[in-house]
Amino acid sequence: MSRAGVVALNTFREAVRDRVLYSLVFFALLMMAAAILVGQISIGIEDLVIVSLGLSAISVIGLLIAIFIGVGLVYKEMDKRTLYALLAKPVRRWEFLLGKFGGLVLTLAVNTAAMAAGLFLILLYVKHSLERTDIAVLIAIYFILLKLALIVALAMLFSCFTTPLLSILFTAGLYIAGLFIQEMRNFHSKTPNPVLEGLLRGLSYLLPNFQNFDVMASATHGRTIPASLILENSIYTAVYCAIVLLTAAAVFSRRNLK
Amino acid sequence: MSAPAIDTENLTKDYPTGFLETKKKRSLEGLTMQVETGEVFGFLGPNGAGKSTTIKLLVGLIFPTAGTARILGRSINDIEMHRDIGYLPEQPYFYDYLTAAELLDYFARFHDLTAADRRERVARMLKKVGLDTAGKIQLRKYSKGMMQRVGLAQAILHDPQVVILDEPMSGLDPIGRREVRDIILELKSEGRTVMFSTHILSDAEMLCDRVGVIVGGKLRGVGAPSEIVELKAHGMEILFEYAGNNANASALLAKAAKAGNRYRLQVGESELYNVLEQLRAAEAKILSVTQLKQTLEEYFMNLVDADRAQAAAIEVRGK
Amino acid sequence: MKPRISIRKLLLIALAIGFAVIWQVQQRIDQDRARLHQEQDELLLRSGKLLKMASLEYAPLMADLYWTRVVQYYGDKRAHNDPNFELLWPLLDITTTLDPQLLVAYRFGSTFLSERPIVGAGRPDLGVELVQRGIQANPEYWRFYEDLGFIYYVHMKDYAKASAAFLEGSKNPQAYDWMKVLAARVAEKGESRETSTFLWSELYRSTKDPAIKQNALTHLQLLRTEADCEQLDVLAAEYEKRTGKRPGTVRELINAGLLAGAPVDPVGTVYVFGKDGKAGINPASPLLEQKNRYGKPF
Repeated sequence: MSRAGVVALNTFREAVRDRVLYSLVFFALLMMAAAILVGQISIGIEDLVIVSLGLSAISVIGLLIAIFIGVGLVYKEMDKRTLYALLAKPVRRWEFLLGKFGGLVLTLAVNTAAMAAGLFLILLYVKHSLERTDIAVLIAIYFILLKLALIVALAMLFSCFTTPLLSILFTAGLYIAGLFIQEMRNFHSKTPNPVLEGLLRGLSYLLPNFQNFDVMASATHGRTIPASLILENSIYTAVYCAIVLLTAAAVFSRRNLK
Repeated sequence: MSAPAIDTENLTKDYPTGFLETKKKRSLEGLTMQVETGEVFGFLGPNGAGKSTTIKLLVGLIFPTAGTARILGRSINDIEMHRDIGYLPEQPYFYDYLTAAELLDYFARFHDLTAADRRERVARMLKKVGLDTAGKIQLRKYSKGMMQRVGLAQAILHDPQVVILDEPMSGLDPIGRREVRDIILELKSEGRTVMFSTHILSDAEMLCDRVGVIVGGKLRGVGAPSEIVELKAHGMEILFEYAGNNANASALLAKAAKAGNRYRLQVGESELYNVLEQLRAAEAKILSVTQLKQTLEEYFMNLVDADRAQAAAIEVRGK
Repeated sequence: MKPRISIRKLLLIALAIGFAVIWQVQQRIDQDRARLHQEQDELLLRSGKLLKMASLEYAPLMADLYWTRVVQYYGDKRAHNDPNFELLWPLLDITTTLDPQLLVAYRFGSTFLSERPIVGAGRPDLGVELVQRGIQANPEYWRFYEDLGFIYYVHMKDYAKASAAFLEGSKNPQAYDWMKVLAARVAEKGESRETSTFLWSELYRSTKDPAIKQNALTHLQLLRTEADCEQLDVLAAEYEKRTGKRPGTVRELINAGLLAGAPVDPVGTVYVFGKDGKAGINPASPLLEQKNRYGKPF
């Protein structure tokens, strides 16, 4: 197995032993409570509420894991010095980074898949049958996973050179900024300022666009999500993650450990 | 003569310091040193002398400001060279959520060994460092000494040609230290090269073929342990018992340190036999005569003081 | 291992290629998402009270978030010329429940709930309801009476109620004097261009919200064109008296010495005469489109 793969599996093992998967218990409880209460809150749109609640929960839980574990991926190893013996082995620094990234994404994928299964079970319980249009929910979950992968990459980049607190702030900051890309493009100042507007426009393409992954409305209404969008989002995530990981590798490759 | 196992040339390392990290502190200067194949080499120096810095440079944890180094003829930038080296960090810490067996297996996976091979080696290593009963306990429950042993195990697991140990004896009780010494000697008998850093002279004396002394970031001397310190020997110490009150002897006694009936008297080499004759005449009971060696501490301190004096002189001149 | 320089160069090249690809892919994503856009409206929790409870002590913050949503929602709809404003009322309802003192929300709602599509939701009745709620929560803010009267006057043409609202508002010692004057004038004359111009000017002056301001400005510009065209018609009648026929272009008026220079509308485009001989806005002027959107009255 490749060296990065070895690191990845160990990172996954660490997350499991860190009891990350307990979040699934919380999710399960939340969904069950929702299923029971939904009838009282909103008649006629039970499945709508279940889907949007479920998707929101998957997203939030995933985000918390991605950010809080992501910012420690490299920092913790440097701080606790667990990295020292490892780097003396025949493993390149970028292989280490790739492995850490892969391990956390794998953890998130497993977590998300389990939550997806839970969501569909509850949906089945509430709706009594699933339709083909429900595949939109699956796609929405896939998009959430793409989003999480991007967050992990960003968190890990910061983890390479700054403290966990700052990493959290920067990562969260980029995430929030990435939710307002459209507003950046639509920006019109009171006095026309082509320089500012051009700058914002350029920035709107440079910053990670987290609006891309938002298909909650389509998912809740079971509307078709075009296959082209699935492909495009996948490519976007892959390329952007590659950019971030390359940057992290460049930063980390020449870093002197204390 | 074969190429040295470890070869450094003008290895230098500066660290940025100061508020905005604009100033530089030179923690290693112009280290040019060789460790021969098959020898046990001790790297001696007080704390902060640059021992760990050197080792970290060799192993690739930090990067030199200037100079080069080669291990087994390959540049320290060559990651494949790491297949043939083993490294024990100073005060090692490993993933506390793994057991010792899992950790060793994890590290072993980077060395292209078959699963069966890995299993066999892990078991063998655990036994070798005395952790075979503790192999399935999570590392978070390990004492410092146990962690040190795990560190040693992971350093030699893959039968490396060159083993680099940073303060391998620290945190160990005398039994543990003896075990580490035994392992080092065993490695030597297998033809491997061992380099370790320490500030405990007696360990170096017992184990090393050669030692290198580093103080204040500079290499001060390389040679057999006895060479290094013997040069600094200055005199003899006589340990004797005396209960009488011979007038001749009292002059000597006054110069001696007393503990009950026992006296320690330091004399120059030239006066040794004279004094011994006096004591014999006074019917003192001679217990031992030993060579007074400057302790490593004193040797270091002299070097450090000399450094400081030089630095102060430069400053004065500069003003 | 590669020396330092190579990694940096590799990184820069990779970054450049990467972002170029990102740019391309992003544009495709934007296209696909625009198609999804029509169906993106959703507001699941319509109960302002429930939200307020859930917000604990952060209700004002939540109100701010919902207020941003209102602005985004409106901006988005206008940007796409989408006439469907069905979420505007629920959003405003929630915002003002979460923070009853968010004055701008009421003013925004009173304007854009009342305006007819595609400028607004076309529901002046909801506008009235919102403003009355605003009055209840903020009795000392006399401008809400102005807004109330405004809706009655402009959109519902109920001059009695409009006058009553202005009168009620004028009782507030902080109200401007013109409130009383307005009450009387509306009661007496009903709709008049003077009154309308005044009301829109006052709204324009008193608000900081850019959307409300822009809306008021457009109204004022359209009122101006109305006045201008009336004047031009008078001149045209004079021209007819002199020459026996209606003018075809404004040039003829200038040549006849009735006009000093080319008459332009507030955005600078020259007026034209229609086939019926009546003055009107030049088709080339952006104001014509606005006029069709806003309809009468202004």
